[in-house]
Amino acid sequence: MLLIKNGRVIDPASETDAPLDVLLDGDCISRTGANLSAQGAEIVDAKGMIVAPGFIDLHCHLREPGQELSETIETGTRSAARGGFTAVCCMPNTQPVNDSASVTRGIVERAAAAASVRVWPVGAASVGSKGEALAEIAAMKDAGIVAVSDDGKPIATARLMRQVMDYCNSLGLPVIDHCEDSSLFAGGVMREGPQSIRLGLKGIPAQSESICAGRDVEVAALTGARLHIAHMSTRASLDCVRWAKKQGLHVTCEVTPHHFTLTDEDVRYDTRYKMNPPLASREDRDALIAGLADGSLDAIATDHAPHHPASKDVEFDRAPFGIIGFETALSLGLAELVNSGRISLMRLVQLFTTGPARVLGLDRKIAPGEPADLTIFSTDFE
Amino acid sequence: MQHLSHLLGIEDLTREQIAFILDQAKPFQEFQRYPLKKLATLRGKTVAVAFFEASTRTRISFTTAAARLGADTMALQAEASSLKKGESLIDTVRTLEAMRPDGIVIRHSSSGAPEFVAKRLEIPVLNAGDGAHEHPTQALLDALTIRDRKGKIEDWHVTILGDVLHSRVARSNIHLLSKFGAKITLCGPAMWVPRELEDLAPNVRRTTRTEEALEGADVVLVLRVQTERIHEPALAAEEYILGYQLTAKRLRLARPNALVLHPGPMIRGLEIDSAVADGPQSGVLEQVTNGLAVRMALLYHLIGRAPADAPHPAKDRSNASD
Repeated sequence: MLLIKNGRVIDPASETDAPLDVLLDGDCISRTGANLSAQGAEIVDAKGMIVAPGFIDLHCHLREPGQELSETIETGTRSAARGGFTAVCCMPNTQPVNDSASVTRGIVERAAAAASVRVWPVGAASVGSKGEALAEIAAMKDAGIVAVSDDGKPIATARLMRQVMDYCNSLGLPVIDHCEDSSLFAGGVMREGPQSIRLGLKGIPAQSESICAGRDVEVAALTGARLHIAHMSTRASLDCVRWAKKQGLHVTCEVTPHHFTLTDEDVRYDTRYKMNPPLASREDRDALIAGLADGSLDAIATDHAPHHPASKDVEFDRAPFGIIGFETALSLGLAELVNSGRISLMRLVQLFTTGPARVLGLDRKIAPGEPADLTIFSTDFE
Repeated sequence: MQHLSHLLGIEDLTREQIAFILDQAKPFQEFQRYPLKKLATLRGKTVAVAFFEASTRTRISFTTAAARLGADTMALQAEASSLKKGESLIDTVRTLEAMRPDGIVIRHSSSGAPEFVAKRLEIPVLNAGDGAHEHPTQALLDALTIRDRKGKIEDWHVTILGDVLHSRVARSNIHLLSKFGAKITLCGPAMWVPRELEDLAPNVRRTTRTEEALEGADVVLVLRVQTERIHEPALAAEEYILGYQLTAKRLRLARPNALVLHPGPMIRGLEIDSAVADGPQSGVLEQVTNGLAVRMALLYHLIGRAPADAPHPAKDRSNASD
């Protein structure tokens, strides 16, 4: 038994924000209450710390199988644990693509052997994420996937999206889409705007994302299925989700720490500023922060996308997209959102816990009988 | 004036630094007319000339400028290099640096490549054109040509005609000329003159109508249509000629003695008519000669690292090579 004493429990599900002790028994939460004591329990002093439900990251890349030079399930989840996550959803753009039960099982087995946190695989929507035939989604669900996505790419066509949504709806799985119009994207490397013009870098218009988001919410209206829009970066995409929510559709969305922290004005000839979707305009960034405050955004997700240093140490337009994010997500949330007064600490915890859980159709709370997944953190940091 | 460590672009230079480089180039202009075109100023120095993208005039100009200062050059051309074998840019330039050159000139198709290299090497880096970003020596030689032909650089109405979006020459010229009070008009097919170009510098406006752009212009800079950098479907040549070719008739809308510049290579009959290219208002060949003077001044400044008040090598007879 483990007794966490003197902490400030923040539990969005019960809207609790109080000094409480939490007693864990094995894999489960046993009791919560003031001044708990339990004979023989190991005591953890959480004085001055926040005790929250375990954080969930809806969007990361663990690079295994196939790209172990960049990251592995072992190293990635160790980083996730350091960042306070107790469960991470790994995207299917591995090599091979996670489009079959055998690849899913490989990930689940590797995670059981080496992972520091829970690994919840996301399966590909189409075979090889090529946007043609449907992947074996039901078999992958039996093997352990929690959602489907062709992440790294959008689900190729509205017709395929309709089939994927209908099928996933019958299986009770959400569909996650990386929204992008490939024809507008056209080899771009950063957000189109004054800074891309100044740097002479090929721009990606904001509409590349929102056109696809608009398509997706309409297909969600057609099918009634659960749609989750990944790494949202523009006001217009967010407005699509707001519209969908107003219609009562099952549409949710997430934002990354880098998209609520940085803008395209920050981009330099430094490949750490290269990710997809690219850093957005100041107006879009501000709209995302407003969306975090007003509830339009459901979750903060890292899009942790590691690359081998040598592959990033190249000319800007030749570098792969993506930056790491597990270990900075919480501090950026605290610094950029809470300390600046944009959202409450309760809301921040919600965006890391009940928000992402709801996207996956799960609960997340600190209550007797619940899994002993907790994130304990300090709000003081350098 | 503070010594430059690199020449990566015009944007971050001050007006004073630009004027200094142009003043340093002036004696080198006269020097190009000497029967014996060889100085000993950089004797014993080596300049690496690394061209990762095809180029004729800029490469020859830098190589010749180095030779006339007495420096040796080591040349790297993408076709003949190990880049074809998959070597990274950083490994390639570190290999060159290990041969101990005193400076490196870089042309690369990726915007920002010279800055990327400059952050990782100890030697001065000279940008000979990077992607759609900057081509600083081109803007400097253009400024020198404008000063020669029109008596000063300041306060002209300058029209830049063509594919501005993909042009590093345009960006460097916009930065340079606006620092000297120019009023700049950008003109070309609408998809090649996006609104954001107006944010590059003060006093930049754009239009898609050539006649409107040329009216009252003191300097007309004609850009090459850069087919290798265009991602969008290309515009038919006939369509481009109809709307944007600089013809003698159109040039009459500009000021009577307006100067016509072109960075080359020039495609006669596409962006410019031969009557204009070869006409009295054309500065095209002077641009080429001035390129040598500007590049000699820069190599002298960056590699020779002479104090600003040192006697100029092209004026100092004792410096002549024997």
